Amino acid sequence: MNRLPFLLAILLAQPLLADSSLPPAYWANRQLPDPRQEAKAEALMAEVRCLVCQGQSIADSDAELAGDMRDLIRRRIAAGEKPSAIRGWLVQRYGTWISYKPTDEPAAWPLWLAPFGLLLVGLWFVRRRIGQRRRG
Amino acid sequence: MIAEAGLAALWLAAGLAAYQFLLMILALRSNLEVARPMRAVAVVQGGLTLVAFAMLLLVFARSDMSVALVFENSHSAKPFIYKVAGAWGNHEGSMLMWVTILAVAGAFLALFSRRTTERTLIAGLGSQAVLALGFYAFLLFASNPFARLFPAPMDGQGLNPLLQDPGLAFHPPTLYLGYVGLSVAFSLAVGALLTGEVDSRLARAMRPWVLGAWILLTLGITAGSYWAYYELGWGGYWFWDPVENASLMPWLAATALLHSMNVLAARGALKAWTMMLAVIAFSMSMVGTFLVRSGILTSVHAFAIDPQRGTFLLVLLAIYVGAAFTLFALRGASLKEGAPFELVSRESGLVVNNLILSVILGIVFLGTLYPLFVEALSGEKLSVGAPYFNAVAGPLALILAVLVGVGPLLSWRSERRLIFRQLRIPALLGLSALVITMILAPDIHILPRLGFVVAAYLIAAAVLPLVGRNPLRAPLATWGMVLAHLGIAVGLTGMAANAAFSSERLGIAKPGDTLSVGPWLVQLEGVTPTAGKNFTAVEAELRATRGEGAVILNPQTHYYSDPPTETNESAIRTFWNGQLYTVIGKSDASGGWQLRLWWKPFVTLIWAGGALIAMGGALALLGRIWRRRRLSSGEWRRKGYA
Amino acid sequence: MSKAIRFAPLALLLLVIVALVWRLATPVDTNVHSKLGGRPVPFFTLAAALPTKPTVSSTDLATGQPRLVNIFASWCVPCVSEVKVLQGLKSRGVPIDGIDIRDRPADLTDFLARNGDPYERIGSDPQSQLQIALGSSGVPESFIVDGKGIIRYQHIGAIEASDVPMILTKLEQAK
Repeated sequence: MNRLPFLLAILLAQPLLADSSLPPAYWANRQLPDPRQEAKAEALMAEVRCLVCQGQSIADSDAELAGDMRDLIRRRIAAGEKPSAIRGWLVQRYGTWISYKPTDEPAAWPLWLAPFGLLLVGLWFVRRRIGQRRRG
Repeated sequence: MIAEAGLAALWLAAGLAAYQFLLMILALRSNLEVARPMRAVAVVQGGLTLVAFAMLLLVFARSDMSVALVFENSHSAKPFIYKVAGAWGNHEGSMLMWVTILAVAGAFLALFSRRTTERTLIAGLGSQAVLALGFYAFLLFASNPFARLFPAPMDGQGLNPLLQDPGLAFHPPTLYLGYVGLSVAFSLAVGALLTGEVDSRLARAMRPWVLGAWILLTLGITAGSYWAYYELGWGGYWFWDPVENASLMPWLAATALLHSMNVLAARGALKAWTMMLAVIAFSMSMVGTFLVRSGILTSVHAFAIDPQRGTFLLVLLAIYVGAAFTLFALRGASLKEGAPFELVSRESGLVVNNLILSVILGIVFLGTLYPLFVEALSGEKLSVGAPYFNAVAGPLALILAVLVGVGPLLSWRSERRLIFRQLRIPALLGLSALVITMILAPDIHILPRLGFVVAAYLIAAAVLPLVGRNPLRAPLATWGMVLAHLGIAVGLTGMAANAAFSSERLGIAKPGDTLSVGPWLVQLEGVTPTAGKNFTAVEAELRATRGEGAVILNPQTHYYSDPPTETNESAIRTFWNGQLYTVIGKSDASGGWQLRLWWKPFVTLIWAGGALIAMGGALALLGRIWRRRRLSSGEWRRKGYA
Repeated sequence: MSKAIRFAPLALLLLVIVALVWRLATPVDTNVHSKLGGRPVPFFTLAAALPTKPTVSSTDLATGQPRLVNIFASWCVPCVSEVKVLQGLKSRGVPIDGIDIRDRPADLTDFLARNGDPYERIGSDPQSQLQIALGSSGVPESFIVDGKGIIRYQHIGAIEASDVPMILTKLEQAK
């Protein structure tokens, strides 16, 4: 296994096809003037998967489509929409794949239950290892 | 000729590995004497693979374009260091490095192993040879690094510009030494399971190997994190990318193994758990190799999308891990455990430590493969990324960090309530941190706040084992432990500071404009074109001031032609209390340039922590080696120790 | 140690291997598919991409006859050869509307002049907003929308000559 970012060059430079000649959308690389709104927008952007990248959120992608999605999110948050509503809107169009945070649908429950489950299983394994010293 | 020599060396080495395996089988069945040549064979095998690797480095250094691998991954105009480092910047070359380390580790095991019985050592060396055999086959039949190209092209296709960085020279070799170094633990565990000699002696024999591999793994991961941080241009240092997870999982298993071995060495207990962890650690390394090279997971780090090679590796994985697990299942019944541990004792503490590390390992494993399971069962595609891992692994790691302060204070066999008095000061510090952060920074998220609290507590708690005794007489191993645990606290502080207090400023600036980020005012003085050996670039001149004194930063964007790509070279300045991180992006139609600025207070503590952890391990390793030297030289026996 | 515990790791390994074998056998589909199949086209209006051509809006897609909506751009390399295939479809009476992503009128005019113009209408989507609203993830892509404005089929990538029979069948089914 190797951690060399071999394909990263492609995603950092251009998306899989050529780049358009238009500049990025207005809010792709500008922050909202209200810091609270900007924080909400950035939190959501970190959870939205970039459509044309090899496994990145739109928050750290240089791809154009990622920029357009950041612009979309910022404009909607500025207009007062809730992040969960925007995420839901995106999931309606692209499926749960687009959300890096597993949503609350049944298919994702094992993920959230896993830590507790694993801890319980582990504790059960060690129950005989730890205890009061047996007398005699 | 050079390439052919390398290939021949590889074939010979493979033959020797087969012979080594044969010797093991014969020796274990009949008479240990049969395996007398074993050590020599292992050493020669290691030497041959070194020769093969040296030949690969040579053809890259000379830019020999008749070798297909050099053509595909190099270019004569590259700086020399990247010509050489480029040898492992691709699938075949890095696989050869993998196998070289595997064989050389076997050679070292043959040369330096003292504590195991002869039987177990033979079994272990045989196991190591079997591991090597499969990967030799993979190299020779499915990933030949020395394949030729006729006719030889004039020049090569170039090395990915992202890899033309000092990080390439350091990060993969260190990481591989760590991953593949864990194979020794795997082999010794398998050997001991075969011979039935799982005891404290085995643990003491395995310890230096695991420590050594773990130290290098820690360094490699830390270096990789810093490389990604300054190279990718967005200020992130860990992305929970599948390949990053593939590197974290062996580390988690190795950390648990390190601690579990101490229990086995000191008390002869936790046999099953230690053996299982030793097997799992290297198995995770192999799983990682499979994940990265098979193309089944989408990742920025992934190598080639090659299902055929993936199938080969999966078969190897199934055979090796399957055989080890089967051995464990069959021999496990004979691993007798002793009496249960006292509830509050060092052994119990280490069991809980093992438990939490294993749970985190399980979470990372599950999260990484979950999308695959779901898609196989229902066809639905879902993504599991940083938000999940941070939410789940974060709290678990914090709990573990709290226990890290308690464990070293416990003593073997039993401990009563004394430790809670000792922990008064650390607890007080933690509480103070809570109060201070609530007053000075009421808006930060709960997780970073808890990070500060636990870090403050741990900084005090970690040094407690040295308090109240003469520090010069404390064993080096204790110093190592203290340093490593301090490293955890330091790293935690850095992560919390980064999460809570990082300021980000994205904007468009024309020359003369000023943007503010944190306490800094950054003015764009101008943007000028420039060039390097194999690229053209634009360079921005940024003047940053906070109070008095100005700092100049020059972030660049590079444009390469072989292959045509664009990279951001961030400009970072480190101060005592943080880093100023600047990136220049694209220009828009009106002459404004995209600027990305971050002020990250105390972010360097993250990697300083990693380095401290590795240093602590190194001290512990040194301590054990010196201790053994003095033991065997009789000095301590005369003095009445041991 | 009970038998169950001793054999548990092996059982887990088997599960994982089976999953990995499945993954190797069924290659990853890296295309991101829109989930709006079977749903109505979201309401939208676009500015005209060229002054000489009418624009596209969602009402234009529910006219009683199935239409092919092609998402393209002048800077999109595979779109060049796709236009010829689209011309073929147009000559068979397929109504084609274009959504032009991130483009300038001048570049678009050049593109159409060089490669041909199969579009009845072209709308301009300079910031990919409609593209995102449709669940599309790149260019070129095409959607078949039936007479009631329901999305019936999404074709990812350029429509090639070999795809034409399939496209025609899908258009028939959408009637």
